[in-house]
Amino acid sequence: MPKLIVALAVVVATPAHAHLVETGFGAFYDGIAHVAVTPSDLLVVVALALLAGQGGTRAARYAVFALPVAWLVGGLIGARWPSVATLPLLTTLSFAIAGALVALNARVRDMGVTVFAIVTGGLHGFVNGATMAPAGVGGLALGGAVSAIFFLTAILSAEVTALPAGWPRIAVRVAGSWIAATGLLMFGWLAQSVS
Amino acid sequence: MTMNMKRARGPMTTNMKRWKFHAVLGAAMLAFVPTIALAHQETGQTAGFLSGFMHPISGFDHVLAMVAVGLWGAVLGSPAIWVLPVAFPVVMAFGGLMGLLGIPVPGVEIGIAVSAIVLGAMVLAQLRPPLWLAATLVAFFAIFHGHAHGRELPEGTSALLYSLGFVVATGLLHLVGILLGEAHRWVAGRQVVRAAGGGVALAGLFFLWRAIA
Repeated sequence: MPKLIVALAVVVATPAHAHLVETGFGAFYDGIAHVAVTPSDLLVVVALALLAGQGGTRAARYAVFALPVAWLVGGLIGARWPSVATLPLLTTLSFAIAGALVALNARVRDMGVTVFAIVTGGLHGFVNGATMAPAGVGGLALGGAVSAIFFLTAILSAEVTALPAGWPRIAVRVAGSWIAATGLLMFGWLAQSVS
Repeated sequence: MTMNMKRARGPMTTNMKRWKFHAVLGAAMLAFVPTIALAHQETGQTAGFLSGFMHPISGFDHVLAMVAVGLWGAVLGSPAIWVLPVAFPVVMAFGGLMGLLGIPVPGVEIGIAVSAIVLGAMVLAQLRPPLWLAATLVAFFAIFHGHAHGRELPEGTSALLYSLGFVVATGLLHLVGILLGEAHRWVAGRQVVRAAGGGVALAGLFFLWRAIA
């Protein structure tokens, strides 16, 4: 099974293109904007923050630091050794799984959320670094992206942690199901682009 | 007794106040989002989301069935009122995935029309089957809707944003149905909800006739 996943990931890997948004305020702000306009990054951060918030205060605290740090490390690796691919299958898989876990209100252990945040952050950071480096804005833009991710994760997970039982928490699960559904459809598009 | 009640209500009131504060804070933060989006004019991406968002709304058969899911959820009450809208988008996306993978589903248009008839009839008759049966029925119909609508990506648009827009619009249609269905709490409202269900079923008959003819 892992071999199959790796094989599929290689098959649907698409060339990396520098697609950094130019805000006109410098590389740091370009990095912040990059997160806002890159749907796969935004969806995974939102889904993970919701998942961490559902897990409670401790899980949220771990995720708030694990995700940005892993993103930064992955980004630095990607910038140092730019990959030839953007790995859309794996990035889609990451937010689809996170969304499904949120929709199911899965009781993931604190350590499970942390490991998931590290793996996901590393993967998406790697892709970010690999696409930013060729544009010549690696470090500072990556810093901007990681800052945005830190604040987004902190605010969202804190909000979810503080939500009372009932409709507000159901709304979180609905958001998770929307993210998971988007991921499912995306798998179809990826499969179609291969065939 | 009064003291005990006050003591019991205290943390709840504080929690609600805190939540309201957070809700206002969240809404205020959301207000910044359009500024970010406009600053970069990502027209391709915006087009992808908008075309995905508009797609379910532009198909009347899809709109009616989605609203009927929400209406029926409201009639069924908890937990169906939230289980159906959580489950539907995922199963619908699965139907879309089947379409994109080229897995044929026979009689898609008929299935969509029948979904409107059955869901509308359920609302009209105020039927309350067990949750598993209601969820299975809705999931079954969701596959037809996903298969028919989820794979019509306009050229040059982002597939991910198109999918997101499509799913969000479908979810919001459920929400409309739920909000309308909440009127069934009142006697007069119940009649309005039943009439709406009847209307959906009638429209479904029309779609069925069109699909067969």
